[in-house]
Formats: sequence, C-alpha cells, structure tokens
Amino acid sequence: MQPTQSSRRILLPVNSWFVFGTLLAALFLNMVPLGRFPAMPDWVALVLLFWCIHQPLKVGMGAAFALGVLMDVADASIMGQHALAYVMLAFGASVLSRRILWFPLIQQALHVLPILVGTQVIMLLIRLAVGANFPDPFWLLGGVIGSALWYPLTYLLLLPQYRPVERDENRPI
Amino acid sequence: MIPTAGHSPPPFFKRGPAPLARLLFFVSLSFVMLAADLRFHTLEMLRQAIATIIWPIQRVAYVPVDAGMDLSEYFSTLYSLKTENDQLRRRELATANQLLRQGHLEEENRRLRALLDMRERQPAEGRVAEILYAARDPFTRRVIVDKGSSAGVEPGQPVIDELGVLGQITRTYPLTSEVTLLTDKDQAIPVQVQRSGLRAVLAGAGIGALELRFLAANADIQPGDILVTSGLDGVYLPGLPVARIVNIDRDNSFSFARIDCEPLAGVERHGQVLILGRRLTPPLPDERPLEPVTPARGARNRKAP
Repeated sequence: MQPTQSSRRILLPVNSWFVFGTLLAALFLNMVPLGRFPAMPDWVALVLLFWCIHQPLKVGMGAAFALGVLMDVADASIMGQHALAYVMLAFGASVLSRRILWFPLIQQALHVLPILVGTQVIMLLIRLAVGANFPDPFWLLGGVIGSALWYPLTYLLLLPQYRPVERDENRPI
Repeated sequence: MIPTAGHSPPPFFKRGPAPLARLLFFVSLSFVMLAADLRFHTLEMLRQAIATIIWPIQRVAYVPVDAGMDLSEYFSTLYSLKTENDQLRRRELATANQLLRQGHLEEENRRLRALLDMRERQPAEGRVAEILYAARDPFTRRVIVDKGSSAGVEPGQPVIDELGVLGQITRTYPLTSEVTLLTDKDQAIPVQVQRSGLRAVLAGAGIGALELRFLAANADIQPGDILVTSGLDGVYLPGLPVARIVNIDRDNSFSFARIDCEPLAGVERHGQVLILGRRLTPPLPDERPLEPVTPARGARNRKAP
C-alpha cells in the first residue's frame, strides 16, 4: 500500500542529499532536448511541488526561486518568468501541505492539477503581457500529464524512506 | 502545529519570516528581475554566468538524444544512402554550370560595377555551425547552435542554411548562441518579390508560418512567388531566398491583403547552418533638417487698407 498520512505506514526521515539530487535530476530531465513535443510535463515543477508538500520545512520558496532562475536561463526565456511561477507554486503547496497528505493518492493528484496548471497560466500571462504569441494549446496539457504522474512519482520518490514490512511482535511499531 | 500559510498560531518554534512575508519578498524580487530583464537588459551578465555553470549539465542532457540520432543514422540502409548520393551527384551536375562560372561572373560583376561607379557588394563569408536543439520555451521560435562568442559570433549576424535564410543570432553565450527563427513573432525581415521587384516586410506568424505585411490589396503578387532579401536593413545580404507565397487573401474590406508564406529554409528541422559575417553597413547620408521656408516678412503681414 502506498503510504499516506491515513495509511499508518511510518516513513524514515528523508535524506537532504536525496532531495537535492532529485531536484537536480528534474532539472536535467527538463534540459533533454526532445524536439518540439509541446505537452511535455515540467519535471522541475512536478518534483518541486512534491517536496514542497512532503517536506515543507526543507524545500520552500527560496529553493523554488533558485530553481526558477536556473530554468529561466536554461529555457532562454525572460529572467523571472519561471522564478515567479515556481514561487507561487511553492506557496500553494505550503498552504496545501498539511491537508493534502490525508487524501488517497488519486485525490492528491486532483489537488495537484490546479497548482500545476496555475503555474503554467502564470507563465502564460507573463509572456502574453510582454507581447508573445499564444503557444500551442497542447502546451497546457503538460500540467494534466504532470498530475497524472503523481502516483508513480510518489512511489519513486518515497522509495528510500520505506521501512521493511516484516512484522515483529516484540517491536512496538 | 507548525505555522502554515493563511493563519498563524503563536510561534513555539522559530521558523523565520511568515509564509506570506516570504511570498511577497520573492514575488517582488521576481518582478524586479522581470523589469530589469525586459526594460533595461541589465541581467545579461548574470545570465551568461549561470549559463556557463549549467552548460555541462546541458551538454550531458544532449548525449542520449545525440546517441539516438547516431544510432538511427547507423541503421539507415545502404540503399537510401545510395539514392541520396545519386541525387546529390545529379544536383551537383545540374548546378555545376552556375558554380563553375560563379567566379567569372563575380569578377565580371565587379568590373561592371566599377564601370558604373556603384558601391561594391560585400562578399559573403561565414562559419559553419550545427543546431544543437530547439529551445524549450513554447512562446518563441528559437534554436541553439554550437558556436558562441568564443568563436567570434555576435548578436545580429544572419544565419542561413542550404535553402535560404533561417534567422538571426539574438544572444550569444561563450560556447553556444541563440538563433531566433524567422517564424518567431518578433522577427521581421525586409524582402523583395523576385519576379516583380516589389519590396515589403516579412514577419513571423508563429507556428511555422510567415506573413507578408502592409501590401496593398491590388499589389502585383501571386501564389508561388519567391521572396528574397532586399538588403535594405544592412543585416542580410541582398538576394538570399527567404520564403514562398502560399496563399493570398484579397479582402476588399481591409486596406491590406493578407498574404501567408512558408519559409524556404528548413526552419523547423535540425542540421548544419552557416552563420554569415556581420555586414558592413554603408554610412548613412547625413540628415540635415530642411530649413523651414519663412515667408518674407512684411509683404504679407501688411493688411490691405
């Protein structure tokens, strides 16, 4: 069973280097040039949102801002576009973080969907305000695909924190 | 209970500033960056520095795609290579006549121009670069090529491929540079219709298309016409093929015709490109404001009795 707050499965404390490594890996994935496939999910936004929800004391708006600046440079977009959107995403995640983990994963994904799409809408508004073209409409599908990946992502990123499931009658937990 | 956004119980633990305060701080910082980048272009140094730091990651991220392309190339059959080779040889033969006489014609052209006392055309020079990938930004049409400011590339240089004009260098990093494609909305290029010599401005229209703007509804233009650069901007050499006219919509309710074009160069494909050298612009004639013609005083001011 996948661990949620309501599943009573207790997780090991997270390793800070693992958090850092996954964020770096997401940045790396975003830089892989896969042509012009428009509906590619924004991996950095997805992983950042995951850690902002699961570890709100370790990953917050400061990390979001730094990653946003890196993405702005890697993406060759306007400086501040990703930074602003990611900071808003981190804030939304910190608002949700105490509540969302009590839901089953499918409902968590439904919580995540408006945050991811909202991040894209913020970027869209910034670019439209400075006179860019409206992008391919499939681009907005990236957030939907991202939230559909919430289930496998949770399994993958919580894997190092799982404890062995064998039962020991003499152990209290 | 740990304080979260929206409400704040009395702080038992020190957690730094409140979430709303932090949000305001970072949002205002982002807005300052946006304004500094858009209005004053003062963040280029920061961008260059960060780009240099993340360049190794980008290079490594490119490796799997590169390897995939190499693999597919390896498995392309002997037959397709052979047909391509034949095709290239046939095309070379077809153009040999022009190529062989090119030097002779250029020399003749130079002499004729000297006779006519016209300014000499600047010879084209360039360096070959390879398109690495298309920038991920979905709002613009840009590609990244593998020659940067360390190879002497400067912003503003035109980029062409074997079929026509591709775009213009808009930003350089030490090892790479960004080419804004002709199909980008903010990219415009002065052109000339090859058949009739009509001059106009061609602008990008977004997804893989171009638009010829501000031509009257009855302009002498027809589908299939080839547009070449007119060279009036001092950036592109004159005579480079740019686009073909696809569709003309002459609606009399508008004063201008709506003319859709498609680029001739492989704008949305990957491959090798040529970055042309910066063109030396001829000095502009000095603009002396016309002296206002003042009517002779007295003669007109005097009123008839």
